[in-house]
Amino acid sequence: MELDFTLLLIGNGVLIGLMYSLIALGFVVVYKATDAINFAQGEFVMLAALMSAAVTVLMELPFWVGVLVSLLGMISFSFGLERVVLRPLLGRPIVAVIMATIGLAAILRGLGPLFFGAETRSITLPVGDEPIILGPFMLQPVQVTGAAVALLFLGGFTWFFLKSRMGVAMRAVADNQQVAMAMGINVERYFALAWAMAGIVSALGGVVWGAMLGVDVHVSLVGLKVFPVVILGGLDSIIGAVVGGLIVGIVENLAAGYLDPLVGGGTKDFAPYVLMIIALMIRPYGIFGKRKIERV
Amino acid sequence: MLTLNNIEVVYDGVILVLRGVSVSVQEGTITTVLGANGAGKTTTLKAISGVLRSERGEVTKGSIEYDGRRIDGMRAFEVTKIGIAQVFEGRRVFEHLTTEENLIAGGHIQPDNAKIRRGIDLVYSYFPRLRERRQQQSGYLSGGEQQMLAIGRALMSSPKVVLLDEPSLGLAPMLVEEIFGIVGRLVKQEKLSVLLVEQNATMALAVADHGYVMENGRIVLEGPADKLRDNSDIKEFYLGLNEGGARKSYRDTKHYKRRKRWLS
Repeated sequence: MELDFTLLLIGNGVLIGLMYSLIALGFVVVYKATDAINFAQGEFVMLAALMSAAVTVLMELPFWVGVLVSLLGMISFSFGLERVVLRPLLGRPIVAVIMATIGLAAILRGLGPLFFGAETRSITLPVGDEPIILGPFMLQPVQVTGAAVALLFLGGFTWFFLKSRMGVAMRAVADNQQVAMAMGINVERYFALAWAMAGIVSALGGVVWGAMLGVDVHVSLVGLKVFPVVILGGLDSIIGAVVGGLIVGIVENLAAGYLDPLVGGGTKDFAPYVLMIIALMIRPYGIFGKRKIERV
Repeated sequence: MLTLNNIEVVYDGVILVLRGVSVSVQEGTITTVLGANGAGKTTTLKAISGVLRSERGEVTKGSIEYDGRRIDGMRAFEVTKIGIAQVFEGRRVFEHLTTEENLIAGGHIQPDNAKIRRGIDLVYSYFPRLRERRQQQSGYLSGGEQQMLAIGRALMSSPKVVLLDEPSLGLAPMLVEEIFGIVGRLVKQEKLSVLLVEQNATMALAVADHGYVMENGRIVLEGPADKLRDNSDIKEFYLGLNEGGARKSYRDTKHYKRRKRWLS
């Protein structure tokens, strides 16, 4: 019984963790290519969820239209954001970019409800809501779908960065912008591409996350999970995002299952951060993060 | 083939770095620009390749022409596309990429994969040592291997002109000779033109056809490389020889007695 309970917690943690990984991926790709730390990643997800809910609930269009709209909407939103806000900040101190994204996060949290309304709406995925029972595991179809989408895209992005020429060029940009420029790489186009990728994962994350929790401003809180994930895994590593996501998912579920009953709840939200601080002390560049290469 | 007409470069809108530099590179030759630190050699190369802009520098006067068209003001990736590649000072390989990925990134402008494949094979045929290191993360290659990779990476865009910035920096004399030898072969066999910036004047004048000497952002002397080798100022200040041609001992230097006489 006790073991089954643990396994149940871990199973759910894995599913949720993969979702965290997917959302963290948006953060990682942007950081990897442009060195910008995007504090608005959670708000990106929220915006995508709001868009998709507006299409499916308000306009009563089919689910897939909602997904499509939020995909296209998020891609154009992040393209535009890069062009209008972030490109002029190129070459400025990193703090300027950080502050800009923090400001952006606040703006999005305010404007979201203004445009789409403040009430909580629900997105329904075209999967049933009967939990799938597999031995000790009890899995929600929504979560399984989310995890599957996450895995698919994590795999796709990994392939892109390791095997495709564009991916190699993007890593070259991340390594040294000036030299990449001299190799004939249009650096700004790759910055835009990185932000567009962040838009794509936010759209997918937004739809699934929104379907799980209901869509309102609080969806943006998932952004808070991104930081422990990327610090644990390494700010610039895709595999790191996967592993970090899994760790955070499992740890917070175990905390919720075992610690919450003892202290009366709430440990789920800060347990990942305790882990993050420990990780920072032991491996500041994360489990898979790039180490600065020093030749002797 | 490549001509700089009296260009002036300003950084940050106020700092004048080049004041009227004219350099020309003939097809199929090696042209070298010599000079001490801070003379403006690297800035000259960056003005040509267009990366100057990313450092907030700008060509404010004069023009740069390549193949009859003006290229000052073009963006770096466009300059690469029309056939000018730059090898940066201090190698600057993409440290976190493998040797082969560096080459693939270098061939970014090539339209098809077959061309990249051929480019990689060509680079390996000139630098066989890179083939042995192909899957290794390039940040961990030795200095000489990194320099070879930097040159090979520049070749991947099938350039006509290569801007080579201090390839001898921090390398053992034997390696320097090996690399210069390969550069010489590349010029002959691949019909490249090279603009070589160097502090190692002996080596540079040995391989170059034509040379310029830069000081304080100006060209102070130019001529065919063999003439420059015989110039007494060059001998004294860049090659470390005395008038008789013997190696000079630093004990006998009396710098206050001899002055550079570029402009007289």
